This record gives sequence, structure tokens and C-alpha cells, in this order.
Amino acid sequence: MAEKKKPDLERREIPKQPPEVRRHNFFEVALGYTEELAVAEARRCIQCKKPQCVPSCPVEIDIPGFIAHIATGDFQEGVRVLKSRNCLPAVCGRVCPQEEQCEKTCALKKLGGTVAIGRLERFLADWEAARGAPEMPAIQGPTGKKVAVVGGGPAGLTVAGDLIQLGYAVTIYEALHRMGGVLVYGIPEFRLPKAIVNREVQYLQRLGVKLVTDFVVGKTRTIDSLLEEYDAIFVGSGAGLPWFMEIPGENLNGVYSANEYLTRLNLMKGYRFPEYHTPIKVHKRVAVVGGGNVAMDCARSALRLGAESRIVYRRSREELPARLEEVENAEEEGVIFEFLTLPIRYEGDASGWVRRMVCQRMRLGEPDASGRRSPIPIAGDETVFEVDAVVCAIGNSPNPLIGSTTPGLTLGKKGNIMADEATGSTSRAKIWAGGDVVTGAATVILAMGAGRKAARAMHEYLCGS
Amino acid sequence: MYKVIASRMIVPNVHVLTVEAPDVVRDMQPGQFVIIRAEEEGERIPLSVSDWDADRGTVTLVFLNIGSTTHRLARLEEGSGIPTVVGPLGNPAEIGLYGTVLCLAGCYGIGSLFPIARALKARGNRIITVLEARSSFLFYWEERFRQLSDKLVHITRDGTKGYKGHVGRLPEVIKALAEPVHRVIVNGCTFLLKRGSDATRPLGIPTTVSLNPIMIDGTGMCGVCRVSVGGVTRFACVHGPDFDGHQVDWPELLQRRKTYMAEEVVPLRTSRCEEHSLHAEETR
Ligand SMILES: Cc1cc2nc3c(=O)[nH]c(=O)nc-3n(C[C@H](O)[C@H](O)[C@H](O)COP(=O)(O)OP(=O)(O)OC[C@H]3O[C@@H](n4cnc5c(N)ncnc54)[C@H](O)[C@@H]3O)c2cc1C
Ligand SMILES: Cc1cc2nc3c(=O)[nH]c(=O)nc-3n(C[C@H](O)[C@H](O)[C@H](O)COP(=O)(O)OP(=O)(O)OC[C@H]3O[C@@H](n4cnc5c(N)ncnc54)[C@H](O)[C@@H]3O)c2cc1C
Ligand code: SF4
Ligand code: SF4
Ligand code: FES
Repeated sequence: MAEKKKPDLERREIPKQPPEVRRHNFFEVALGYTEELAVAEARRCIQCKKPQCVPSCPVEIDIPGFIAHIATGDFQEGVRVLKSRNCLPAVCGRVCPQEEQCEKTCALKKLGGTVAIGRLERFLADWEAARGAPEMPAIQGPTGKKVAVVGGGPAGLTVAGDLIQLGYAVTIYEALHRMGGVLVYGIPEFRLPKAIVNREVQYLQRLGVKLVTDFVVGKTRTIDSLLEEYDAIFVGSGAGLPWFMEIPGENLNGVYSANEYLTRLNLMKGYRFPEYHTPIKVHKRVAVVGGGNVAMDCARSALRLGAESRIVYRRSREELPARLEEVENAEEEGVIFEFLTLPIRYEGDASGWVRRMVCQRMRLGEPDASGRRSPIPIAGDETVFEVDAVVCAIGNSPNPLIGSTTPGLTLGKKGNIMADEATGSTSRAKIWAGGDVVTGAATVILAMGAGRKAARAMHEYLCGS
Repeated sequence: MYKVIASRMIVPNVHVLTVEAPDVVRDMQPGQFVIIRAEEEGERIPLSVSDWDADRGTVTLVFLNIGSTTHRLARLEEGSGIPTVVGPLGNPAEIGLYGTVLCLAGCYGIGSLFPIARALKARGNRIITVLEARSSFLFYWEERFRQLSDKLVHITRDGTKGYKGHVGRLPEVIKALAEPVHRVIVNGCTFLLKRGSDATRPLGIPTTVSLNPIMIDGTGMCGVCRVSVGGVTRFACVHGPDFDGHQVDWPELLQRRKTYMAEEVVPLRTSRCEEHSLHAEETR
């Protein structure tokens, strides 16, 4: 009788650039598993009969399935299992908040040895990419129907990838000059190399998806004008409208929205100015307001540009909404955290540049609607930081452009498009929507999941069986 | 790539560029702008639309050669291409029936005001055009304006044509007219917009200015274009570019435009060979 093996609880660490090196460059922080490390990590998975990890993945990847193939060294088969559910594994393996999703319910978690599902996923995707052109999927015969996709972010890319394989003629319209959405303009190179996103986009192009950049739907043409040409439309225009706090001094020079700061750096490659022509300021002391992934990305970018970088967050470390791994990375790299601190005004110098950030100290009270303990001002307790730049990373909501130019499209309070959760259908026939434009700022994998559901529903509508 | 149909310097430092961009001009309205990039590594810059031809699918831009991007645009030759032309962006200018409209323009604004003046005229307004420049040799498109204006006035810094001085003389120009002015529309550099608004404020004439803050995306995504108008923060690219000149916080706008002053000269001083070799490394 086979003896029951004690599970190996030693989670294999992913090799990383050391903090003192990486804080000076924009290259990727995590270097990825070697084959040996990946196989060793995969062997730790106990191949649960009823795996709890799977339902916690928004696209329900067959996690033990692909991990088993890594364990036996059959990477090609592993890729196939992975890709049958997730078309952007190289992206998700890097940026999914795994500790909140798949890894949260891993059977080995209680024992303190959660399987590194995301890292294994990333390993397979990178292994495939390193071998050259990916396998092309079968494409069904043309249906003769045309679909337009608005927005080239993860939601839009997913819909396009699914529908092209089902035989539709698909065109993506993207407002910016590059496809990828937040993956190219928001998430920095050191967390998600742009070459990975470009590879996925090129793959779609090879499948036959038509990519149109520099095209603002609602301005260049309205949804209704596109509907004269297309049989159906998917709107995945994201949540790109930045919020400000509306406190005094916010329009001083040196106060940025996270979108501006990150766009200059990532999309326009400002960190390579002047070789790329979009300027980025070199600051000495940067304060980033907020505690999510966006705030971490801004703070770590500022650090890499040579600044003293500080996160100013109104709750405590417990409540930080960012991925844990990124918080730890930021701490290691030397980002300073000011918890329970809320900016109340900015003060500038005579030439209009921000110089000081005046903050209110807070304490934690009762849990609020979000379930997190709410911050309460401590009367009279103010503190001042000397700064020469502030990045406001307190959130985004959907851009009203599409809503305001598409009559009959029902919107929610925050300007989000109202869509059915299971199908993505909206109040207008022939129009589907999904991703951040429906949910407000969320995650890559949720946007992809929404795209996948919508593609299925659109297929049913267009070629209804 | 968007094909360059025509490109030439029309007066010293001011260029007229015509580009093929059929999608962009399909629904173009006066007062809107486009964002362009001159080359792959290039910055995105906004330029007002000075004319267009929806049938031929072309858009015409007038720009002042002042910095790295406009410098590159100025060197474009016919038949070459630029990687980005996106639009139409911003709200169309309001084309109401006001009575007598005074159109004040200088520099690139002479070009960008033209389609607005044309539409206002077609709407039935009387048009008084006031063009401002350092010297008479810097005026262009005069024939176009003569045709649509009921009166054409010049102001030159050196007095070589019309009034001598700058836009501060606008109240005199208005006083000298035989008719009341119901509305003033200003296009051009930020100083002209501000001084024009300062001049009409005491006269109580509603004044619309086409603002030109720094922009990146032009769709409301980055917030760099924010301006304070009547004490409220607006994004010029989506709420404008036209605003009430008497409500704009001019010192703030002028300051915000200077954000990248120090960096803007760097590309001009960078040798292109260095740039090419670096770029070659990356794309290899
Ligand atoms: C800095 C940052 C870090 C993040 N980090 C993480 C992370 O670590 N993990 C994670 O899971 N999620 C992260 N997110 C969130 C995640 O990126 C988003 O939830 C996801 O990208 C949403 O995808 P989407 O396709 O709905 O929209 P987007 O990615 O926003 O794409 C929308 C696209 O539509 C285009 N568009 C908008 N309007 C129009 C129009 N009118 N016409 C044409 N095109 C238009 C936009 O230009 C954009 O390219 C992060 C977000 C940011 C900003
Ligand atoms: C809605 C709008 C319409 C405009 N229309 C015209 C036009 O029709 N013709 C014209 O000549 N100019 C126009 N401008 C101004 C034009 O965008 C700038 O002159 C141009 O960006 C300068 O770029 P540069 O790289 O050559 O110069 P730089 O050396 O980068 O900068 C020189 C000056 O341009 C300003 N500037 C720099 N980058 C930007 C940017 N991305 N957006 C806006 N301003 C910037 C700076 O404040 C600086 O004062 C317009 C601006 C706006 C916002
Ligand atoms: S897609 Fe995200 S949630 Fe699903 S298994 Fe991969 S890393 Fe986990
Ligand atoms: S829950 Fe954990 S151990 Fe079980 S199959 Fe999933 S990854 Fe493997
Ligand atoms: S240019 Fe980015 S919001 Fe206006």
C-alpha cells in the first residue's frame, strides 16, 4: 500500500532582482522560475480530488490539470490546458491578485505552504513564448457576420480572440495609439513587460483580428454609426477617468493624476526621455496618495526615477487594497509608507510648484460599507510633508464619452454601463459591455472573464442555436 | 501611417500641414482639434483643425514651430507619413446667431479661427476680424478672411499694418466700429487669449477663448489639461477647448503650461545619431 506522503510545504521562491538593484531600473522585478524550480513547485500540489483553487479563479482554469503537466515535464500539454481557459496567462500569472483568488483557497494554505499557482502559470506562458510562435488554434468557417470591439484592454482583447475563432470578422477600435489598455498605459514595465502585451496583440492580429488605433468611439464615430456596418458591438472601454480629491492646491504644477504619471512613463516611455520625446520630471520627493495597485506602481516608478517616494494612505497596512506581493516589493525597495494619513491641502511656491502636503492624521473606527475599518480624523493632529510632486491615485471611473453619445444605453450612478452579469447584454440590442466600464476599476482577470461571457452570448445571438 | 498631402512654411515659423485622415474628418466641426504624433517615439500634441475636406478625407493644420514635436512636423515632406492623427476631439465651437461677432486671432489662431468665422458667417452673423502679429509679414490667409469678414482690422507690434501695438488696443478698435459687438471669439497663444479677455471684460462683451493647456490623450483620461474656470476644475479636452474667457484662471493656466519648460529644450539639444543608435538597440 502506498504510504501517504507528507506534503512539501516549502513554497519555492521566485528569483528576483535584488531590491537595491531593481530600485534603479525599469526591468522586470521577478525573473521567473527555472524549469527545475517550476517542476519542484508543481510537485508540491497534492492534486486534490475536489480542488478548491479552481472555483476561486474567475475563469476556472483547470489548475491541478496544468500543474500536473508541469510536474511531469510535459509543458506543451500544460500550455494547452491553461490556454483553453485563459488567453492571457503570461499577463494573469504576473498581475492577478492570487492571494485573493486561486491561492486563497488552496488546500495547502492552512498548512502554510500555498502552491504558487500564479508563478506556475507565468512559467508555462513564458516557456511557450520562448519557443517562438505559439500554436494557432482552429478557426471556424466564416459566419459572414461582423463584430466591432471598443477598447483594446483585456476585456476587448478577449472578446476579439474568442469571436475570431468562431468565424466572425472582428475589428478592435482603440482610442490610444497602442493596444492593451491599462496593460500598456498603466501597469509599469517592471511588473509587466510591454513585450508580453505586444506578443498577445500580435497573436490576435495573426488570427485575423483587425486592429484600428487612434480611433475614439463617440468622437471619431459613434456606436450607432458603427452599427450601420457591424452586426454587434462589444464595449470594453475601461474606467479611465481619474478622480481628484478636490482639495486646495490640487492644480499646482507637480500634482499629477496616476493616469498622467503612468501614461507619461509607460505608454510614452518617459523614463527613456529624451530618446522618447515625452518629458517626465525628475523629482526629489514624491508623495503618492492612495493604497491600491495603482498607488504602488506610481510610488515604485517614482523611486526608480530617483526620488524619495512615499505612499500616503488614510487607513492602515491591513486595509491596503493592493496585491500583497507588490506591497512587499515596494517595502523592500524602500518606499516609505505613511498610514492613517489624509492630505487636506497642498501649498506651492511663488512659481506655482507644489512644495508642501498638509495632512490630517486618522485613526480607525468601525467597519464601513466596504467591510474595512473606516478612517476617522484625529482632531488637531496635522502633519506636513515637503514634496515636489504629488501623484493622486485615489481611483478612476468610466469615461462618460460612450454613455453620452449612445442614446438608450442605461448607465449606473458612476457612469458605468449597466450590463447583465452573466451575458454582458445592455439595455440596447446588439450592444454588449464588460470589464471595468461595467464594474468600475477591478482586475484584469475579471475583465477577461466578462469578455469571455459576452463573446459566448454574442455568438448565441448572432448564430443562435 | 497618415499620409502627408502638403506641408509648407506659410510665413516665418508658421507651417501649414495637410494630412489624409478620412475617419477623422467625417464628422469634423469648427473648433475641434486633433492629437498627432510626428514619429513613433514622439510625443502626442494637440493641434486645432484649421480646415478640412470631408470628400477628399484631408485635414489641414496650422502650427507654430516652437518645440521638439512641431520642429519635426515642420520638416515633413509631401508623401511621407505620421503615425498618429486622432480626432475630432473637443466640443465644436458654438455657432449661434449673435449679431456682430468679433473674431480675434494671432499666430496659429489665424488658421484655427478660420473655420469658426466661416461657420459664424454662414449662420448669418456679421463678422469683424481682428488679426494681430508682430509685423505685417506674419499675416497669412488674408484673402480668406477678407472674403468672409464685413470688416478686417490689423494690429501690428511694429506698426507696419493697421493699429500699432498689441491686443491691448482692442477697446479702441471696438470703439471705432460703427456697430456694437455682441460676442468676441479669440484663438491663438495663451497670452492673446488672456489679454483679449482682459480687454473685453470691462466692456461686458461675452468672450469665448479656445484654451491650449498641455494635453496627452485628449479624451479625459489623464487630467493634465485641467483648468479652473469660474472656480471649478474642468478638463479642457472634454469640457472645452472653448471656455468663457472672463472666468478662466489665467495665472494658473500660464503656470501649468510651463510645467515641462526645462525638459522641452532637451530633445532639441539631443543629437539624432545618439537617439537612433539607442532605438536600434531596443528594436533589435
Ligand atoms: C496602474 C494600474 C495597475 C493595475 N494593477 C493590476 C494588477 O496588478 N492586477 C490586476 O488584476 N489588475 C490591475 N489593474 C486593473 C486592471 O488593469 C483593469 O481592471 C483592467 O485592465 C480592465 O480591463 P478593461 O479591458 O475593462 O479596460 P482597460 O484596460 O482600461 O482598457 C480599455 C481600453 O479602451 C480604450 N477606450 C476607452 N474609451 C474608448 C473609446 N471611446 N473608443 C475607443 N477606445 C476607448 C482605452 O484607451 C483602453 O485602451 C491595474 C490598473 C491600473 C491602472
Ligand atoms: C486644444 C489645443 C489646440 C492647439 N492648437 C494649436 C494649433 O492649431 N497650432 C499650434 O501651433 N499649436 C496649437 N496648440 C499648442 C500646441 O499643442 C503646442 O504648441 C505643442 O504641443 C508644442 O509642442 P512641441 O513639442 O513642439 O513644443 P514643446 O517644446 O514641447 O513645448 C513648447 C510649448 O508648448 C506647450 N506644450 C508642450 N507640450 C504640449 C502638449 N502636449 N499639449 C499642449 N501644449 C503643449 C508647452 O507649454 C510649451 O509652452 C494647441 C493646444 C491645444 C491644447
Ligand atoms: S488566472 Fe489568475 S486567478 Fe486564475 S489561476 Fe491564474 S493567477 Fe489564479
Ligand atoms: S487546492 Fe492547492 S493543492 Fe489542491 S489542487 Fe489546487 S493548487 Fe493543488
Ligand atoms: S488631455 Fe488627458 S484629460 Fe485632457
